[in-house]
Amino acid sequence: MTNMLKIKEKQEPKRRRKMAELLQYFMLFLIVLMLALALFAVKTKDLLSAVIASGFISLVASIVYLYLQAPDVAMTEAAIGAGITTLIFVITVRKTKGKEK
Amino acid sequence: MVFFAASLLLIFIGLYAALVKRNLVKIIIGLSIMDTGVNMLIISLGFVKGRTAPIISLKELFKKGTLLVDVSKVVDPLPQALVLTAIVIGVAVTAMALSVVIRMYSVKKSIEIDDFKELKW
Amino acid sequence: MRKIIAIIFLSIVGLYILSLFAQIPFGKPYKGVSEHYVEKGIEENRGSNLVTSIVVNYRGFDTLGEVTVLFLAATGLSFLLFSCKCVREFKRIKSSLVLRTATDTLFPLILVFGTYIFIHGHLTPGGGFQGGSVIASGVMLLFLAYRRFHVSHKVLSTLESLAGITFAAIGLLGLIYAKSFLANSVLPLGQWNKLLSAGVIPLIYIAVGFKVGAELSGLIADMISTTKED
Repeated sequence: MTNMLKIKEKQEPKRRRKMAELLQYFMLFLIVLMLALALFAVKTKDLLSAVIASGFISLVASIVYLYLQAPDVAMTEAAIGAGITTLIFVITVRKTKGKEK
Repeated sequence: MVFFAASLLLIFIGLYAALVKRNLVKIIIGLSIMDTGVNMLIISLGFVKGRTAPIISLKELFKKGTLLVDVSKVVDPLPQALVLTAIVIGVAVTAMALSVVIRMYSVKKSIEIDDFKELKW
Repeated sequence: MRKIIAIIFLSIVGLYILSLFAQIPFGKPYKGVSEHYVEKGIEENRGSNLVTSIVVNYRGFDTLGEVTVLFLAATGLSFLLFSCKCVREFKRIKSSLVLRTATDTLFPLILVFGTYIFIHGHLTPGGGFQGGSVIASGVMLLFLAYRRFHVSHKVLSTLESLAGITFAAIGLLGLIYAKSFLANSVLPLGQWNKLLSAGVIPLIYIAVGFKVGAELSGLIADMISTTKED
């Protein structure tokens, strides 16, 4: 019984290192997603899609802020960037018949 | 290092949209993407590997017996305070710019900047 | 042609700036002012959230400036859209039953959540700006769900002005009693990790939470408004 507990204790640091590595790969994936969304927002001709892409960039940035150990900033960016900014952009697009020539 | 490169790339993509595009709402989307990039750059400058967030609610983060915090366990809190202000001001400026766009549309019924050339010779 | 010139120019400048940033080591320990803020933060302020004690106490004057900038932006926006005929041509459509039911359930919870965030600003992550934006997004939900919803601008501007006056008055109290503007020793500091502690920091953040919430709600109401009397 005590042998099994000792083996589990030895495997703990290895598991923690694997988790840290997985977390780094996940951050890399999120950063690539953010850049792809930025290119899409610049290139598309439909203004509503560009606005939703810019709101999505704010949401992904909020998750990256949490990895960089900044919970206050993550909360602010999620509430303001993905909520208020997207709404006022959508109101403007609706009022100006949004299509790019 | 990856974070610096990604933030700079976001800033330059936003700057490209603000320089080259002709539609007014696209230009302001570019400015908003630039705001997000700059804030991410500032926060990634304050990150230290292996330390935790600057919210002190456990007794292990103090030095023994006193109320002084152990500096080697906490991430830099000053860039986070600056970015908090910057995000709110970013949304205020974006709202103001969009109200100018709505006004310009109601005058000429178009949001391409090629149609607003009265000040040119 | 314009695109190619822009891409070349931006890539030259971008590579140069990237080479500068590559010399900064990522994730190395910090020195300077932040050391003092982290080490003596709890002893001088007794509030668990170090970012709050920097934003409200050590750099409190910058927060006053930011609240002023937000006020100016909201005023400028409502001034520009005041006599515009464009706001009257905007028709709202009837929303579905799902949205109305969800709004009826969620709006009180969002309001309570936002108030909780800015009251406990010195203990947990959060504070005035975060709580104010959550309240404004609750009001935004009401605008999306109900066609004839309108806010009275008199109530919003009175609330906002009272909150701003409270912030400036607390600063002046510090000037009278403790010889420096926005001093923290006007109220007793109390014990770490309790609700009634950290001097004037909770009061200032409650005022800022009300102000930001009222301001962002007024901003959204100005942009959505459909009739002339709104």
